[in-house]
Amino acid sequence: MADDQVNIEVDGAPVKARKGEMIIRATDRAGVYVPRFCYHEKLSIAANCRMCLVEVEKAPKPLPACATPVAEGMKVFTKSPRAIGAQRATMEFLLINHPLDCPICDQGGECELQDLAVGFGRDVSRYHEGKRSVPDENLGPLIATDMTRCIHCTRCIRFTEEIAGIQELGMIGRGEHMKVRTYIETTVNHELSGNVIDLCPVGALVSKPYRFSARAWEMNAVPLVSPHDPVGTNLFGHVLRGRLMRVVPRENEAINETWIADRDRFSYEGIYSPDRLTTALLRRGASWAESDWESALGEAAAGLRARAGDLGVLVSPSCTLEELYLAARIARGLGTQNVDHRLRQRDFRDQQADPVFPGLGMALADVEALDSLLVIGANLRREVPILAHRLRKAALRGAQVAMLNPARFPHLFPVRAQLTSAPADLVGDLAAVLAAAAAATGKSVPPQLASAVGEARVTDAHRAATQALLSGERRAVWLGALAARHASFADLRALAAALAQLTGATLGRLAEGGNAAGAYLAGAIPHRLAGARAAARPGLTARDMLQRPLRAYLLLGGLEPSIDALDPESLRMLAKAELVVAVTPFASEEAKRIARVLLPMGTFAETSGTYVNCEGLWQSHPGAAAPVGEARPGWKVLRVLGNLLGLEGFDYQSSEDVLREVREACAGVKPAGYQGSHAVPRAADAIDGAARQPLVDVPMYQTDAVVRRAPSLQKTREGRTAAVTY
Amino acid sequence: MSDLESQYAARMNLTVFEPLKLERSWTLATYRSIGGYEVWERLLKEKPPREQVIDAVKASGLRGRGGAGFPTGLKWSFMPRASPVQKYLVCNSDESEPGTCHDRDILRYNPHSVIEGLAIAGYATNSTVAYNYIRGEFLGEPVPRFEAALAEAYAAGLLGKNVLGSGIDFDLHTFVGAGAYICGEETGLLESLEGKPGKPRFKPPFPANFGVYGAPTTINNTLSFASVPTILRKGPAWFASLGPANSGGTLIYSVSGHVERPRNIELPLGIPFADLLGLCGGVRGGRKLKAVIPGGVSVPVVPGEIMLKTNMDYDSVKAAGSALGTGAAIVMDETTCMVRVLERISRFYMAESCGQCTPCREGTGWMNRMLKRVLAGQARREELTLLLDVANRIEGHTICAFGDASAWPVQSFLKHYRHEFEYMIDHGGRSLASDTLGARAA
Repeated sequence: MADDQVNIEVDGAPVKARKGEMIIRATDRAGVYVPRFCYHEKLSIAANCRMCLVEVEKAPKPLPACATPVAEGMKVFTKSPRAIGAQRATMEFLLINHPLDCPICDQGGECELQDLAVGFGRDVSRYHEGKRSVPDENLGPLIATDMTRCIHCTRCIRFTEEIAGIQELGMIGRGEHMKVRTYIETTVNHELSGNVIDLCPVGALVSKPYRFSARAWEMNAVPLVSPHDPVGTNLFGHVLRGRLMRVVPRENEAINETWIADRDRFSYEGIYSPDRLTTALLRRGASWAESDWESALGEAAAGLRARAGDLGVLVSPSCTLEELYLAARIARGLGTQNVDHRLRQRDFRDQQADPVFPGLGMALADVEALDSLLVIGANLRREVPILAHRLRKAALRGAQVAMLNPARFPHLFPVRAQLTSAPADLVGDLAAVLAAAAAATGKSVPPQLASAVGEARVTDAHRAATQALLSGERRAVWLGALAARHASFADLRALAAALAQLTGATLGRLAEGGNAAGAYLAGAIPHRLAGARAAARPGLTARDMLQRPLRAYLLLGGLEPSIDALDPESLRMLAKAELVVAVTPFASEEAKRIARVLLPMGTFAETSGTYVNCEGLWQSHPGAAAPVGEARPGWKVLRVLGNLLGLEGFDYQSSEDVLREVREACAGVKPAGYQGSHAVPRAADAIDGAARQPLVDVPMYQTDAVVRRAPSLQKTREGRTAAVTY
Repeated sequence: MSDLESQYAARMNLTVFEPLKLERSWTLATYRSIGGYEVWERLLKEKPPREQVIDAVKASGLRGRGGAGFPTGLKWSFMPRASPVQKYLVCNSDESEPGTCHDRDILRYNPHSVIEGLAIAGYATNSTVAYNYIRGEFLGEPVPRFEAALAEAYAAGLLGKNVLGSGIDFDLHTFVGAGAYICGEETGLLESLEGKPGKPRFKPPFPANFGVYGAPTTINNTLSFASVPTILRKGPAWFASLGPANSGGTLIYSVSGHVERPRNIELPLGIPFADLLGLCGGVRGGRKLKAVIPGGVSVPVVPGEIMLKTNMDYDSVKAAGSALGTGAAIVMDETTCMVRVLERISRFYMAESCGQCTPCREGTGWMNRMLKRVLAGQARREELTLLLDVANRIEGHTICAFGDASAWPVQSFLKHYRHEFEYMIDHGGRSLASDTLGARAA
């Protein structure tokens, strides 16, 4: 027997338990259910609900299984008359002031109190006094409250304090008058706050957008993958008669644990936006004519074929791998390499050195084990909320985190060193950090960076950042979305790579959208084909395509260039094109301004497909909801378009056929990292005007077309925030 | 002076109330005059093994005077003395148990005994920082007295860093609570001391391992700490010999209710309750004794005739079906309506429940509401069984002892006086006590 094991007995059967763990952990593992409300694996122990009282031999009173450590030879009885008596007693107390309004409660059918009341409650109440009623809280547009139902388990409070990292909910009053609420009347604003809806064992905290719209038992749960950020959060879509009613977490310890961001939870509302494109539209002069699929696709195919020599294909990084692959195939089938998903990137100088796909270079779960990290140009809580939570765990464990950002973003963990620099100074500051690292380690920087590093002015702040990075063994350097939007991204990356090399850190990149890694692997970039094979002659980058009018464009995935490419000017360019075919879920104002053909496409929840996350994990999901109106999954639209264009090999029967082809193309591809020899110029020689180019921090709920149309998210504080330009 | 007074004169005020016979007993000079701080100075000078101090306290038989009666020396021995982390002492002066008022008078009349007791305990447990958590209602007199004494002790160099050049540090801080009964529960007190709502912690871990700020902490009642200097000055054997086996030493009895002269008296443990009653002038107006709650309202009530045959020590009161608790005897005469008393007690528990754990949060209010209906003549007889059942369902199921404390009065009142409750139910809310005694009760 291992040293850290003890033998206990649960209801007469021997059970092995880990030394010092609580009884409930051992019973859970042994498959013995002990009823509970306040206990939650991911939260601290409160032991306040008293539902998990069990009998322990020699103990004078029943003990809470959630807060009683096991001991060698301990005999636990979970179903003895004493244990059951204590549990029934607790249940009676919980129910006396509970409104028992299950028929009008959203939690009905998936309520822990309701479930356990069946087992431990009595049929008739013995309570004849008046019941307590509690005024409701307005916690904002996402969480609806019915505080009379609250059983004071404090899971929500512990969540905000321990997981979210900012205590937005608390307990005031005492005794019967104890209330869960925000201390002063305010909304709950944390980007993970929606998780309290799942945590609440009763119907006190429920989803405001979903409220009163369906019953748990009449919906089908379909697995989904979040398309909004490169984490690849696992979701369940709850579908009623083809309509996605709500989204809840799908537990995956390796990716998102049990949490999801509010963006993942409430974005589904955008699917049913009023400007949803439900039928193909063709421009006829100044107006739009509805069209059947056949003629619309015919017009699109003929128009694209006629302008194949001067065509650009722009795709959203939130599309599925299959859609991205087919879009790239269509571009190349028409003889052009002009295909790109990097719409917000500005600097492509050393794109040849790109890694096989942008990613962390490590598993998400390993982020928790990092000892030190330098984050360059990333507003983590906005870009990747779930990853920010992982990082918070690392930082609370003692990891030294340094930030190099255009502003001090409100992180909810200790940041050892904060370097704040204007976009124009970002390269210089990173060069200074590299110079400090070179000095501290006694190693030299690569020659092509020598002049930039040589002129860097190293201050204590740079040294502090270096010191943070050099502490500990497991180190990483991350480039975020802000870095990628920077006019000198190539310089930043070259310096970051050298810094990583010098310090033995893993270089990681947090790309935009849920499938940038997939876009790279599928060849939705102008310089590489599927499977990371170099294109013989690289095509135009997204930037180039948007800065000159080509004759024709194919846009995929609900693109709105002014925000998706952060360039209102690009709208004017696109409007000058002879033909823009937009395959899009939404008849957006921008699409209508520039396109001649609008083809309705299913959103992420209405198509089967695959997402590759930032650790390189391929995750496929089936289609959950029925596409709205005449809309069809993107891969189907592109397949028919390919057929009409007369391209070879577009006879896929399913998205799995497409996926198989991408897999074959990617077979044997090694996830090589950045291999650049990009020379960072001296400040004086920097690209003309680069320093003056604005750097835009896109708000969390502006990331992609679906999120932008989710009304509840837009009503939140973050949703009402304008983009900040540095 | 009555016979009883003279009979007990020699055994009165031996420990903490010793300086009461002197003028301005709360000053350092007075305290010094009876040998105050001699023990502390001796410890600082001689630096005996810490175990020796703990063993002496163990030998004295001193038990926690806060109500639970846990042996003080044993509690001190649980502290990880050799551990290099900061260790704390906390004195529980959040005296809120109804009927109890000895801590208040200790702080008023002999605050230096608390300070020296804490200093000695600090030495014994190797703790260098102590807090005295005083209930907010004591702001009037006890807090200023204690603060003044603390200032005197610091000024005399008896506290602080490197006390009297001994190399030993001992700092003591006053903390004033905000008037919550539950903050007298030791872990609720620690939470409150940390600035959080006073909600008791579940145990284990116990404060000796995880106390204030998560550090090892010893927490004792004011009277327990205040007794220590005298014990060490006069010897543990002397102290132990004052009371019967298992109940060494003296106790400050707080006698309140229907007595002629409610008072605090320091006397040895084990004296007959009848004598204690006599020392307070007997039941007021010469009426018949009906019932006594012998240790603050949290312990079961005992009928008067049993109490008159009971001695005031831990084992005897336990044998009488109750507990010595804080030694605060609440005396009730024959005119008392036991239903009304229980309703008042249950209202106290409803108001003071911290609310974190289910049985107590929901059950205390339920019990009180039922009792209110009994008083209003709107209850049925079966509901007494339900009332008892609710009490039984709270008892033993809560995080702290508050739940038990709220259940015991209900259980004991129904055990001894159920007929009064039934009478009231049967007679539309009229009290048996007033009906039988008629005009006398008014």
